[in-house]
Amino acid sequence: MSETTCFHCGDVCEEIIQIEEKSFCCFGCKTVYELFAENDLSCYYDLQNSPGAIPKEIQGKYDFLTQQNIIDKLLEFNDDGKQIVTLYIPHIHCSSCIWILENLHKLNAEITASQVNFGKKTVRVTYNSTNFSLKEAVLLLSKIGYEPYISLEDYSTGKTNINRTLIYKLGIAGFAFGNVMFLSFPEYFQVSGFWIEQYKVVFRWLMFAFSLPVVFYAAQDYFISAYKGLRAKLLNIDVPIALGILVLFLRSSVEIIFDLGSGFFDSLTGLVFFLLLGKFFQQKTYTFLSFERDYKSYFPIAVTKILKGKETPIQVYDIKKGDRLLIRNEELIPVDGILMNGNAAIDYSFVTGESETVQKQSGDNLFAGGKQTSGIIEIEAIKSVEQSYLTQLWSNDVFEKNKEEGFTTLTNAISKHFTITVLSIAIIATTFWLFFDASKAMNVFTAVLIIACPCAIALAAPFTFGNLLRIFGKLKFYVKNASVLEQLASINTIIFDKTGTITSNKKSTANYEGEQLTTEELVLLKSTLRGSNHPLSRTLYNILDAQNIVTLDHFEEHVGKGMTARYDNNNIKVGAATFVGHQEDKKVLNTTVHISANNSYKGKYTFYNKYRKGVSKLFNNLKKNFDLAILSGDNEGERENLKKLLPAKTKLIFNQKPNDKLEYIHYHQKEGAKVLMVGDGLNDAGALAQSNVGIALSENVNVFSPACDAILDASKFNQLDAFINASQAAIKIIKWSFVLSFIYNSIGLYFAITGQLAPVIAAILMPLSSISIVVFTTLCTTVLGKKLNR
Amino acid sequence: MSVIYVLLTISIVVAILFFVAFIMAVKNGQFDDSYTPSVRMLFEDELVKEEPKK
Repeated sequence: MSETTCFHCGDVCEEIIQIEEKSFCCFGCKTVYELFAENDLSCYYDLQNSPGAIPKEIQGKYDFLTQQNIIDKLLEFNDDGKQIVTLYIPHIHCSSCIWILENLHKLNAEITASQVNFGKKTVRVTYNSTNFSLKEAVLLLSKIGYEPYISLEDYSTGKTNINRTLIYKLGIAGFAFGNVMFLSFPEYFQVSGFWIEQYKVVFRWLMFAFSLPVVFYAAQDYFISAYKGLRAKLLNIDVPIALGILVLFLRSSVEIIFDLGSGFFDSLTGLVFFLLLGKFFQQKTYTFLSFERDYKSYFPIAVTKILKGKETPIQVYDIKKGDRLLIRNEELIPVDGILMNGNAAIDYSFVTGESETVQKQSGDNLFAGGKQTSGIIEIEAIKSVEQSYLTQLWSNDVFEKNKEEGFTTLTNAISKHFTITVLSIAIIATTFWLFFDASKAMNVFTAVLIIACPCAIALAAPFTFGNLLRIFGKLKFYVKNASVLEQLASINTIIFDKTGTITSNKKSTANYEGEQLTTEELVLLKSTLRGSNHPLSRTLYNILDAQNIVTLDHFEEHVGKGMTARYDNNNIKVGAATFVGHQEDKKVLNTTVHISANNSYKGKYTFYNKYRKGVSKLFNNLKKNFDLAILSGDNEGERENLKKLLPAKTKLIFNQKPNDKLEYIHYHQKEGAKVLMVGDGLNDAGALAQSNVGIALSENVNVFSPACDAILDASKFNQLDAFINASQAAIKIIKWSFVLSFIYNSIGLYFAITGQLAPVIAAILMPLSSISIVVFTTLCTTVLGKKLNR
Repeated sequence: MSVIYVLLTISIVVAILFFVAFIMAVKNGQFDDSYTPSVRMLFEDELVKEEPKK
């Protein structure tokens, strides 16, 4: 059977809707297509095949956008009938998306301009606010399948300023470096002569002028960091760098003031330029990913409050104890509350990692972070947002802690010895010259400090890790920063979450036990399941082989129990054991769905987690070098299954609450373990923050993952060991670069100690060492990346 | 006055002009998004094609 895919969204069509020889999976997709075709925008489909998304049902969801205080927080600009708003749209993924979103003005004339930032997945819309509103803009976007994501985070952060200082500094250093280089050439090439004697003063003072912004602006971070390091009694890598820059500048200034020589301004500006280049290279950011997410990015910005029978949207922070709130289908419960009305089926997977929905009766307690999955409910708030169970997890100290502090990087570890060695060499050499030829002593002292400036050492790590970050990024492993890679290389314990991490979120398998069902019964079962929106029904419906679908004569769903259906005098009951009239087996912890037909019990479907591809192989690869453990929020139903799958010494721990996971990791860290935590949900957020390296696994990196150090695409999960090995290899590369740079330093020191360091030697040696380190590390990491690709 | 001063002045003025242009470009956010413009550039053709239809 050939499958027809939707022209708009690319999904497989179950029922085909055809117009103009194009097929669509649903009326939503068809409507979007018609809308685009009417407005001469069908080019959308030429740029990329089926680029669209099915527009979702959004009735009433954006009513809160009529509230002035919320609008004010979201708008970037609001004046004179013109408003500008930047909206985050997760669906942006291809060039068609850019094209259609930048042609919004053709769909509605009130929109004057729209600009997409592909990296950040945002669109900045400018519109006429006299005839148009923010709500209408959001509705228009939702209507064409580009639903913006507006969360509590947008409310609290406000407008963030982009930090561009590094680009400015790099620009200034590069500008000065180039000019100083040219200005110093005359003296290098014409050492004596009437011409140079006449003009060298001009050249020198121009170079001095160019170096001023470099020393006092571009290099200021190194001085600040060195000062902070010294105050904390740490000799970090910035101490010798700052010392080198300072000595270079002072000696050069003294030389030109007293007409002793041309100074080292070219080396000075070159040094700062290369160092900043390293910083810039290391600063690979994935603008569309966020590693700092807390509950705020998951929570809605507003919720519907019921006051005297009237529905009004209110801001989530304004919820007070005792407020009546309306939660629609698929909405998140923002506060702890009591269920007052309606059928609650809450998906707590964010909070506990438990994959199944929980049925609640009127009067039961509901916790914040749960997602309502069946219809509309009414709750009464019993706490405010900040005091809710889930949000309290974020008050734990681990979220305040900066992981980079307290971790000594390889570079800083080396720099401690390096600084002491260089200072002693400088002092010994100076003392020697004081007795031998005192006029040269100061010269030698400064020369040693200049030539020993650890530019190459400081560049080795940024370029190695920076390049590796990019390689990993291409392989869908997104690492927050270079320091994380270094920590990843040092771990010895790996802890996995179960649900959603080693199991797949969407797929599960089911086994049937009991009397064989007849074809007729199977048809009836599948048709019955089709009518239900319960997650288990949906799963089972998808597992069952394609059968004919019949229109049922009778169908009734009993919430929390199951459903009954009738067709052609055949009755069927699907649901919990007691509902279909069967004795429940208390020992079985797995999820089951029981079936009875024509009042006789037939059998049950037992659901099992489906593990990700390659889990077993991955664990076997890892077990040689790491301690492995699984921490699950689920019950022990899968223990036997896991035991079969995983190496024998893997620890399996079940029924772990978010805080238990955090404590477990904390305990092992105290025992000296360096822990890598791999998790996926908000329930792992504490553990991810506590661990040395927290990796969040994500089926779709555009959707949200909790605060972490790295995000790994689920499809690459089985390559985790390769990533760890690569980061360990990177450490080796850095160590080799250190050896290389020590060789350069020794050559330079020979010139310095013997008192023959001419500016031209420094000007050749310093860039040469920096560039060769950059080339060496880049080549090595590229080779490493090639190996990973295989 | 020697011609070298004139040349130096000109070269530095030109260099500073370019530098100011760079700073302005950064300030205007031209370096914030380095990907989208590369895609947007390719759409010019599609937009032109549509004009006669209207």
